[in-house]
Amino acid sequence: MKQRVEIVKRIMDSNDRLAQNNQAVLYRNQVYGINLMASPGAGKTSVILETIKRLPATIKLGVIEGDTAPVTIDSDKIAAAGIPAVQINTGGECHLDANMIELALAQLPLEALNLIIVENVGNLICPAAFQLGTHANVLIASIPEGDDKPYKYPNIYRGLDVLLINKIDLSPYIDFRMDYFQQGVEMLNPGLKTFALSAKTGEGFDAWIAWLTDKIITK
Amino acid sequence: MHELAVTESILKIVLESAQKNKATAVTDITLTIGSLSSIVDDSVQFYWNYVSQGTICENAKLHFNRVRATLKCLDCDTTYSLIDDLTPCPSCGSINVIILSGEEFQVDHIEIIKEETNQDETTR
Ligand SMILES: Nc1nc2c(ncn2[C@@H]2O[C@H](COP(=O)(O)OP(=O)(O)OP(=O)(O)O)[C@@H](O)[C@H]2O)c(=O)[nH]1
Ligand SMILES: [Mg+2]
Ligand SMILES: [Zn+2]
Repeated sequence: MKQRVEIVKRIMDSNDRLAQNNQAVLYRNQVYGINLMASPGAGKTSVILETIKRLPATIKLGVIEGDTAPVTIDSDKIAAAGIPAVQINTGGECHLDANMIELALAQLPLEALNLIIVENVGNLICPAAFQLGTHANVLIASIPEGDDKPYKYPNIYRGLDVLLINKIDLSPYIDFRMDYFQQGVEMLNPGLKTFALSAKTGEGFDAWIAWLTDKIITK
Repeated sequence: MHELAVTESILKIVLESAQKNKATAVTDITLTIGSLSSIVDDSVQFYWNYVSQGTICENAKLHFNRVRATLKCLDCDTTYSLIDDLTPCPSCGSINVIILSGEEFQVDHIEIIKEETNQDETTR
């Protein structure tokens, strides 16, 4: 006997449920969480390092580094800056998921922290589908990647809370139509909080640090 | 490729429902995928053949119900669908738009085979 069964269930449901658990863990520990996404080389690690330098001393940060291969280049840089860092090797997977974050959170001294930044795997497609349970999804778009990225990767722009436009020190050398870029962003995510900055020169960081500091509950 | 993780998630949803309905096999699975969700059907099909091996879903056919992105202009009320790229309102050029559809990503329904149950006997 053949039968049709209605399901109508969101495919990402089980990941989203794990993400909610992570959110609860962060909430309980009063830790603000950031999921930092970007293409490879957009400047995720550089922005984290520059942020570390500029955060007020009262803010205790932990970092989760996601990489597809068992390399610790990025997490070593963070640890060298005196910040607790956990490395996740995704084993080839192109994104972090809520389950990996659950395991990483267990390795961080959450009671002593008030901010965690997760450096997601460099990729504009896959991380967009997987909520981690952090408070803010932040994307770094860098000037050399080109101004058409919102049009080509609409999905990641839809779920953002903050956009960082990095490498603005390179603007004089690259044809990047800021108005065209921002038009795409505006259609996908009206009013998106945006900071233009440079991890190389430090330009624009004050506003980003002020936004971040404002979100954090000091213990 | 996150399609592997996604395909495993589809399998889990389908198996759960199939077992609840006492299915002996699943023959068809219909998915709705919006054009703004970042999923490529070809690779889902590819991974599906792999992850479904040895389950009651093995050999099930995947059907993709593709939903095109539909936007609505908040300035002139025009509703338009995207053929390809993201474009401003075709009537008035505004970018003051909202996305009505195109982000769907779900398992809609499945077709299962069930053993004939002797309903007559039990109700008799
Ligand atoms: N000129 C300039 N270079 C930058 C800036 N930010 C980062 N870079 C350079 O860009 C390159 C990549 O930076 P990373 O911080 O490693 O980028 P990432 O996104 O962490 O890269 P992956 O983790 O490999 O995906 C490095 O050579 C940085 O020095 C910037 O604001 N301006
Ligand atoms: Mg990095
Ligand atoms: Zn219009």
